[in-house]
Amino acid sequence: MTEQAASLPPKPPFWNDPHIRAIVFQAVALIAAIAFGWRIFDNTQDNLSRLGIASGFDFLSSSAGFDIIQTLIPYSAASSYGQVFWVALLNTLLVSALGIIFATLLGFIIGVARLSKNWLIAKLALIYIEIFRNIPLLLQIFFWYFAVLRAMPSPRQSLSLGGTAFLNIRGLYLPAPHFQPGSGWVLAALGIAIILVIMLVRWARQRQMATGQSFPVLRMSLALLLSVPLAVFWLMGSPLHWEYPELRGFNFQGGLVIIPEMASLLLALSIYTAAFIAEIVRAGIQAVSHGQTEASFSLGLNSHLTLRLIILPQALRVIIPPLTNQYLNLTKNSSLAAAIGYPDLVAAFAGTVLNQTGQAIECIAITMAVYLTISLLISLMMNWYNRQVALVER
Amino acid sequence: MAKLHTPHPDLPPPANATGVPGWVRRNLLSSPLNITLTVLALYLLYVTLPPLLNWALFNATWTGETREACQTNGGACWVFIQVHFDQFMYGFYPEAQRWRVNSAALLLILGAAPLFAGRVPSKLKVRLGLGLLVIYPVIAFVLFKGGLFGLPAVDTRRWGGLLLTLVIAGAGMTAALPLGVLLALGRRSQMPAIQSLCVIFIELWRGVPLITVLFMSSVMLPLFLPEGMNFDKLLRALIGVALFQAAYMAEVVRGGLQAIPKGQFEAAAALGLGYWKIMALIVLPQALKLVIPGVVNTFIALFKDTSLVLIIGLFDLMNIVHNATTNPEWLGFSTEGYVFAAAVYWLFCFSMSRYSQNLEKRLHTGHKR
Repeated sequence: MTEQAASLPPKPPFWNDPHIRAIVFQAVALIAAIAFGWRIFDNTQDNLSRLGIASGFDFLSSSAGFDIIQTLIPYSAASSYGQVFWVALLNTLLVSALGIIFATLLGFIIGVARLSKNWLIAKLALIYIEIFRNIPLLLQIFFWYFAVLRAMPSPRQSLSLGGTAFLNIRGLYLPAPHFQPGSGWVLAALGIAIILVIMLVRWARQRQMATGQSFPVLRMSLALLLSVPLAVFWLMGSPLHWEYPELRGFNFQGGLVIIPEMASLLLALSIYTAAFIAEIVRAGIQAVSHGQTEASFSLGLNSHLTLRLIILPQALRVIIPPLTNQYLNLTKNSSLAAAIGYPDLVAAFAGTVLNQTGQAIECIAITMAVYLTISLLISLMMNWYNRQVALVER
Repeated sequence: MAKLHTPHPDLPPPANATGVPGWVRRNLLSSPLNITLTVLALYLLYVTLPPLLNWALFNATWTGETREACQTNGGACWVFIQVHFDQFMYGFYPEAQRWRVNSAALLLILGAAPLFAGRVPSKLKVRLGLGLLVIYPVIAFVLFKGGLFGLPAVDTRRWGGLLLTLVIAGAGMTAALPLGVLLALGRRSQMPAIQSLCVIFIELWRGVPLITVLFMSSVMLPLFLPEGMNFDKLLRALIGVALFQAAYMAEVVRGGLQAIPKGQFEAAAALGLGYWKIMALIVLPQALKLVIPGVVNTFIALFKDTSLVLIIGLFDLMNIVHNATTNPEWLGFSTEGYVFAAAVYWLFCFSMSRYSQNLEKRLHTGHKR
């Protein structure tokens, strides 16, 4: 026993013991981080009291006193700063959601075109991607806003699009739908149609499992979704009325107006992000090996079924994670609205409200918290989806 | 007499399967759908290309001094760019001192050229690269800022144009890479406190838009500092950009670290190397080589993002072009200005992305199918 202990190498001195070292390192790092945070907090307290800036979130309930050019919810200059926050947040969400839809559509089209067997189409898609991917987004926004939409004619000389929509320096004027009483029934009919489609899909799957016979689900569901609400719409006497924009005096009245700030932001965001999405789509489709297609053909599936059952599910597994990343980027990039004055969260809240109240810390913190929340929500959803589609290995 | 079988000589392929006609048949006209697409694409080109070329080249005005030179024909007015060119490149840098910027640029080109040449030994390349990363920024800073060695000082507020864009991008890259490596190592660390600090830092910066970071650096940083202490605006923007990009860089480097097999760590540890030696000599050289394309992509993103400093009132290329288009003497030439700026940004970003694709091809020798 004693001999064995003596033959062991001597215990290293405690400062060379990895466990003790790890504890010391972490303690030092934590203390440094806390000291740093405390110092900043202390300085800020000093500066705030010296400059006479109020702190806390009381300012959210005081009256804002400025107008916003686009509001989705009721707002006036007498509304509170809290209301400004909601208006700004909704504007951010609106432009992000629309941008995501357009960018996805455009991106998928260009991505598929990039793989087209047609040389000309493939090259055009490549040129699109290489041009728009390599130019800063802010520059593109400025181009659309200052060089294109600010150069539009005045309302009196508007460009008319078929006599119902008008484009001028104040924006794009579209006919606005007005719902008459009775449109609730159309909505209800749409709901019923959706329930019917769900039942149809279930029944078709069960029947295919039992008998092997397939049912044209897609065509039938589309027919159901269209025909039921349309029939009710017709039965209720078309309870929809379009309000057309009209030139009265110096400006257009009525209708739906898309302000140039929103239009240029949306254009630039969609075009820029679509270039990235196109590359993601191309990579995803190319990631499915050709052997899959051949195997599927040899099992007797036709090319449509091969695409739907074999290629798409596998390509989507590769496409979705980077695609969500792009959606996240688009949402964060929508903050560039501040540069052209679209009243989004950064422009209206972290800009105007901050300048008026001087409460920089609260405003920036709220803004950052909102973006962080959106990011975390989207990444949580992505992780959940990834678990759903992950390969189940035996 | 036995009949000797002499096979016919091979027939040439049908005329419409080879050469230009064959190529056109295969790539443009192989099916009805394909023909429709070709017609569509040709129509698209017909609608867009001639007006574009007419505007940019044939009807454009190239020479002149004033805007009156551009009144005659309907094309682009490149005189606008010509007149403002020096401003776009140097901003408000004093004219007599611009040789300093030029010599710094020349030094960079001379220093970087051997990195792209094939024949230079790789050891020299590594040393040169490290020199560019560590020593060059100091030299460039002294040259730009002055105040030493008899050079008159030039305030950072006078820096602008492409010079400022490159300064922000360059400083951001040189700061973000080492910081990103440290953060990535911290995130992969076994120590829970270090790891969570790094994770919080990375996720915090990655979750917010750069514009709010710049806002923060311009309105909140002064509040964080003790009374009387203040940075100049450029430095504040640089800190914001560097920390923001470091978080992205950390995620790229982490990808590389995760790709290194555990055996490498274990073999190095068995040889008696400590943590920093394992990382510096064994793991990082392999990991960084793997992620060079990702690093270059981050650089491209950073380069494009430098245009955002416009928000806090720095006159980088983007802002100075925008500023020139609002000059009352030169109103109405915003398209020319933005097209020029876009061309400059595009040139830098496109060459970087081509370089990264090249590297990817060259470095993938080990496991190429």
